[in-house]
Amino acid sequence: MNIHEYQGKQIFRDAGVNVPNGQVALTPDEAVEVAKTLNSEVYVVKAQIHAGGRGKAGGVKIAKNYDEVRAFAEELLGSTLITHQNGPDGTEVRRLLIEEGCDIKDEYYISFVVDRATNRVVLMGSEEGGMDIEEVAEKTPEKIFKEVVDPATGLLPFQARRLAFNINIPTELINKAAKLLLSLYDVFVEKDCSIVEINPLVTTGDGDVMALDAKLNFDENALYRQKEVLELRDFDEEDPKEIEASKFDLSYIALDGNIGCMVNGAGLAMATMDTINHFGGKPANFLDVGGGATAEKVTEAFKLILSDENVEGIFVNIFGGIMRCDVIAEGVVEAVHNVGLEIPLVVRLEGTNVDKGKEILRESGLAITPASTMAEGAQKIIALLDESK
Amino acid sequence: MAVFVDKDTKVIVQGITGSTALFHTKQMLEYGTKIVAGVTPGKGGQEVEGVPVFNTVEEAKEKTGATVSVVYVPAPFAADSIMEAADAELDLVICITEHIPVLDMVKVVKYLEDKKTRLVGPNCPGIITADETKIGIMPGYIHKKGHVGVVSRSGTLTYEAVHQLTEEGIGQTTAVGIGGDPVNGTDFIDVLKAFNEDPETLAVVMIGEIGGTAEEEAAEWIKANMTKPVVGFIGGQTAPPGKRMGHAGAIISGGKGTAAEKIKALNAAGIETAETPSVIGETLINRIKKEDGLYEKCLTVK
Repeated sequence: MNIHEYQGKQIFRDAGVNVPNGQVALTPDEAVEVAKTLNSEVYVVKAQIHAGGRGKAGGVKIAKNYDEVRAFAEELLGSTLITHQNGPDGTEVRRLLIEEGCDIKDEYYISFVVDRATNRVVLMGSEEGGMDIEEVAEKTPEKIFKEVVDPATGLLPFQARRLAFNINIPTELINKAAKLLLSLYDVFVEKDCSIVEINPLVTTGDGDVMALDAKLNFDENALYRQKEVLELRDFDEEDPKEIEASKFDLSYIALDGNIGCMVNGAGLAMATMDTINHFGGKPANFLDVGGGATAEKVTEAFKLILSDENVEGIFVNIFGGIMRCDVIAEGVVEAVHNVGLEIPLVVRLEGTNVDKGKEILRESGLAITPASTMAEGAQKIIALLDESK
Repeated sequence: MAVFVDKDTKVIVQGITGSTALFHTKQMLEYGTKIVAGVTPGKGGQEVEGVPVFNTVEEAKEKTGATVSVVYVPAPFAADSIMEAADAELDLVICITEHIPVLDMVKVVKYLEDKKTRLVGPNCPGIITADETKIGIMPGYIHKKGHVGVVSRSGTLTYEAVHQLTEEGIGQTTAVGIGGDPVNGTDFIDVLKAFNEDPETLAVVMIGEIGGTAEEEAAEWIKANMTKPVVGFIGGQTAPPGKRMGHAGAIISGGKGTAAEKIKALNAAGIETAETPSVIGETLINRIKKEDGLYEKCLTVK
């Protein structure tokens, strides 16, 4: 789960991590009100959307007075920001962060992630602040430094200092930087983060170390014990179909094709998309209905797929393992009746009682095209869509 | 012989009184798995499907001589259950549970470092040695005894591959699901090593997916060490970057962990990959036909 920068900065502030003063604003009036509370010569007006790359996309403005704050707020609120992460449709800006200006001396990059290679939390830093870290990793990998954290001890002060020295933070600010890193690690663990990234972390003219940005990502599997984090969820930033899917414990991801997919198991669901693509079709979604595939779940899954207006046909691919194919077939038939399906449907069933399952589909009187393999199913749904054109 | 588990393996079911565990305990018993004990704290002394329930893993092991456990405990408590099994010095703990917080797993992996216990999973279908023992949630009947080892990050794709093999008359030794989580126990290389050393296993199917670099590392290991033919499949060739595809570990982040990179690494190591999951069986068959007499040896299913 993602949150906005202003929410991340509040979490930092509460944990004793230095951030610029500022507040969220939902209207131009509020933006000016916030600016008036700040003791600063310039004000930073920052669009709050969940995608990165906001600066380059024109979502960050520097205002010299209240009138400019108002003008930028009016310009940004309601506009659509397209960055390299959320394109091509972009995201509507609904919230702004109004912040005091900052006398930046130098910029650095800092992040904590769960590293799959070491199975540990890793602190990563670079003196190339403000740049895309993937680019740094490619062009100057020697400028990226890492500290692997032992979960039994947590990040140790010497590790924090070593990283700070390695990325060339000035000696007189090493202790401040180390303290900030130690606090960040605590945030990471206490809030069950999957990513904490500050780009840039800055040193200031008056000798401070400060997080100018805050990107926090949380482990979905730990949200059950993170009630406060869960309250920060912004549904406006999520695909409504993905929100609906999560209510029914369905794993759904919208794609831009026209063939709706319903599959049991994440690996098989991915492979189904690949197979459709392999034969020249375009999947409209990833959808894992889980092991159960009951009539109720299949019905909800059909509704979800059909709520995407690009969908012109559906491919159901179920490997009935423990769940018998006849039970799944009954579920599919009932679901088709429930939603009154009118577009081509190909069903591939395999597993226990597969013949009985196919018989149920055949005798249902519904226009369901059966398939024996995943490849055959994909080819059949593609052919059916070609015919109807 | 097979890898990790066989017909004599004595198994403890952790969380045995939960509904999912109950269902699968029945299925495993029907398959012939030696389930000798269950553990649910506070329910010691009860009996489930004729299996005695204990309060702790330590006691269950002491009273029954079990060496392996399978965990069906709900996600918030699953990490603790894995560590309890390791503390009791079981040889192997297989964790079926999905949605365990990743930082819990970071602790578990650290805890296991100086223990003798091997962890398989979490978020996996388990391990099955065909016609001997089934420890997990996979449909038993599709697996038939033979000479092909299967290792996979995905449950249903394993079933798909095994089903194709069996239909073509190619039996299996052991199928190991290593799970779809980013931080887990046993990895591809651990299983490949075991298959390499197992005299019964003559060829291997390896099924990977997007996210991380486990497949690339496995490819290098295979090239340097593996004496048996391996074929592969990688799921998620059309997955959009930055999206978690069902499995917590199936995500392309920062341009890394794509299917294309993995396929390239496998192919570069001489491992042929199936273009679609429908031809995993066919790919294996074509590969073993290149070795003198291997296909005939692998044809064990009547």
